[in-house]
Amino acid sequence: MAWELDAERPIYAQLVERIQMQIISGFYPPGSRLPSVRELAAEAAVNPNTMQKAFAELEGSGLVITQRTNGRTVTEDEDLIREIRTGLAKELADGFLGKMKELGYTKSEAVELLGDDSDTGRETGPITV
Amino acid sequence: MNGLIEITGLTKAYDASHVAVDDITLTLSGGKIIGLLGPNGSGKTTLIKMLNGLLTPSRGSIRINGQPVGPETKAHVAYLPDRTYLSGNQKIDEILDYFCDFYADFSREKATEMLKSLGISPDSRMRTLSKGTKEKVQLILVMSRNADLYVLDEPIAGVDPAARDYILRTIINNYNPSATVLISTHLIGDIEKVLDEVVFMRQGKLVLYTSVDNVREQHGKSVDAYFREVFAC
Repeated sequence: MAWELDAERPIYAQLVERIQMQIISGFYPPGSRLPSVRELAAEAAVNPNTMQKAFAELEGSGLVITQRTNGRTVTEDEDLIREIRTGLAKELADGFLGKMKELGYTKSEAVELLGDDSDTGRETGPITV
Repeated sequence: MNGLIEITGLTKAYDASHVAVDDITLTLSGGKIIGLLGPNGSGKTTLIKMLNGLLTPSRGSIRINGQPVGPETKAHVAYLPDRTYLSGNQKIDEILDYFCDFYADFSREKATEMLKSLGISPDSRMRTLSKGTKEKVQLILVMSRNADLYVLDEPIAGVDPAARDYILRTIINNYNPSATVLISTHLIGDIEKVLDEVVFMRQGKLVLYTSVDNVREQHGKSVDAYFREVFAC
């Protein structure tokens, strides 16, 4: 299956986000080897050069490390992974609060709504940030 | 690195009132997948035919790897025309023989493997195949060459959306990484995520040459949406 990408934003940025998520979620555990650029490009059905650019950015942030002999691996620095995870969670939370503000909610009302999931029947995972 | 394709002042006039390609100057570097985009009648196929030596420019020049278009460049350019040139009476196997004889860079192994993965029997005669399957066979023939430049004129127009994905993946997986792939199409939405760069043409003129992510960054919309805006009728 080709990766779902939206039409408005640069493709490489979306590839970066997607791979970041896969690292944070443990799909690619710390220290594990990543597929080659070409393999991932074929899986995502994107241009290999665009995938290369995404990897360059992930290397820049330290999340991905290029081994001269062994391809690319995920960093073993779990603190760094946690840090990036927290950053992403904050962005999501800010976005949510911003939208709730537009609806006329105060921050505490929004937080209260989050705690109240009894009537939605949805499972919400524990927040461990 | 040298530009793989250097086009200078290229013009093709069929007659005084009909200029199909109008003074195009463009350098395309190697290792990229480039979309050649434009509305009907914008000169895409005329440009492609000049790259392949099927039409002679009225003015200007084309150099591929530093050489003018001729037998030497043709040996390194794999071309998928907009209509078929294969005989309906031929079996796919016979066509493979023909390609092996004709092109030193043709890999029969690669072609056989791709035919197999698409469930196309090499025993079939071309005329027994559907339009979409014929197109797939022709693309397989072209992508099984180890060329410096692949020129694909509307490679996905006749096939269903699922097969489009397969075809795009075939292109990504099979082109030689230092080669250039030039794809002309008006089905931009299906193809833009495999493109590095896009060339927009209108009425024979070059309108824009930039990268896909540049369009998205600068305009906040897909190349497809931007194209519809630029070429709105």
